[in-house]
Amino acid sequence: MRAFFDMGGYAAFVWPAYAVTFAVVLLNIFWARRALERSRAEARRRLQMQREVS
Amino acid sequence: MNWTWFHRLASPPHVYALAVRLTPWFAWPAALCIAAGLWGGLVLAPPDYQQGDGFRIIYVHAPSAWMSLMVYVTMAGAAAVGLIWRMKVAHAVAASCAPIGASFTFAALVTGALWGQPMWGTYWEWDPRLTSELVLLFLYLGYMGLRAGIEDPQRADRASAVLAVVGVVNVPIIHYSVTWWNSLHQAPSVMRLGKPAMPLAMLVPLLLMLLGFTLFFVALLLTRVRGEVLARERTASWIREVVRA
Amino acid sequence: MNHSDRNIAQPLAALVAADPDRPSSVCQRASALEAVRLALQRDLQLAFRKRGQLVQPLAFFAMVTLLFPLAISPELARLRELAPGVLWVGALLGSLLALEFLFRDDAHDGTLEQYALSGQSLTALMVAKTIAHWLLTGLPLALMAPLAAVSLGVHTGALPGILFAVAVGSVALSLIGSIGAALTLGIKRSGALLSLLTLPLSLPVLIFGARATQLAIHGASFAAPLELLGALAVLGGTLAPLAAAAAVRISLE
Repeated sequence: MRAFFDMGGYAAFVWPAYAVTFAVVLLNIFWARRALERSRAEARRRLQMQREVS
Repeated sequence: MNWTWFHRLASPPHVYALAVRLTPWFAWPAALCIAAGLWGGLVLAPPDYQQGDGFRIIYVHAPSAWMSLMVYVTMAGAAAVGLIWRMKVAHAVAASCAPIGASFTFAALVTGALWGQPMWGTYWEWDPRLTSELVLLFLYLGYMGLRAGIEDPQRADRASAVLAVVGVVNVPIIHYSVTWWNSLHQAPSVMRLGKPAMPLAMLVPLLLMLLGFTLFFVALLLTRVRGEVLARERTASWIREVVRA
Repeated sequence: MNHSDRNIAQPLAALVAADPDRPSSVCQRASALEAVRLALQRDLQLAFRKRGQLVQPLAFFAMVTLLFPLAISPELARLRELAPGVLWVGALLGSLLALEFLFRDDAHDGTLEQYALSGQSLTALMVAKTIAHWLLTGLPLALMAPLAAVSLGVHTGALPGILFAVAVGSVALSLIGSIGAALTLGIKRSGALLSLLTLPLSLPVLIFGARATQLAIHGASFAAPLELLGALAVLGGTLAPLAAAAAVRISLE
């Protein structure tokens, strides 16, 4: 188990590399969902305004 | 050849509904491939003859680099389609690609640097691959900057589309000139893995990671395209159904 | 309207008059070239009115050349090593500075719109504007480069090669730059964005140009990188005006 975390002495490079990559993966998921939510809210607002005007 | 499927792709409500349906079909297989790839790469694959366990960074560096390039080509392709056929959906796809591609280019640079330090003794090395990645990052930032700088959304779509197409034509030229330049000034920098051919135990997890990230990209794209399509559709009636859901 | 104003308006009227839909078809083929000649003439005439502006990129290039010895070392031997890089970075930045002038005035006074509406090939007119731009900025930079090189300790034997390399390279730079300039038309304070768009695309020119200069300084044959520079200029010449024309049309929509 310890050997796994130690990565043959390269732990200080391997694990941060994985951490950065997966941070980017998670951020992308978060951003994509947030962008979609924002667009839906914006569309809802536009429809609302249109309803009020007509 | 029946082109109806292509013409239907021009219809934003159709694309939106399609995106909603297809996303899980890419998201779950992506998660599976990546999990399998991680298991194979971190646990099952033997350490490298020269680089020991350090080579395992390839399982995140290679997918990131692959993403950075594949997403750019996709972006340019969608941009070209948008310009030629004047399809709003295509422009929506191009716009969705940019932040994804830029972030993975960044990941490729960071993981490349982290791989470089134990292998070459330096975090940054002006080797052709890393230098080209850096230029690619600037291409993405330029694209996003141009989009942000133009207020009219249609003009922003079309102008950034021209930029994307010009960029994609330049990517091979830039890569070639950077490789050429690099070969003049130093011995070809080696990011090889000790043996000329990768054994299957090392190669299969790599392919799984590449596939997994590609599927992940499609899932992300489908999610983002939905939002971009909504933004371009002003107050069309189909939005009412979608937004209430 | 005084004589010089009529001088400028006349080429424009001629451009608009050379309409492909008008009956006399024999003249049409000649008029595309006429249009290019007229547009080129107009740009050169207008630029000579504001001669002061032409000096700015040159002065900038001189300043950049001055910065490096001050920042690094006055030893000529050392500077000679750095000269290719310094010269090309200076030329690149100077040419970037000049790009803002390429379309700005024409966009302001509506000439660009006239060009787009005139029925003439907008691509051909882009070629005309780029040639004018190169004659006004790239060529002067190329003529100045040997002077800058001498100040960096380069021996006189290398100077013709340097002049030639910068002359060819600056053609490519003008072409590449025209795309970014056309895309950022109308964006306020677009200087940084224009640089961000243009510099990555200009990197191959920088690489081959600097290499040609380096070989020239060492007295070796610089034919290979020079040919690559030429190839870039030709490639740019065929594709850039198309892209710039498309970008101008988009900006004018």
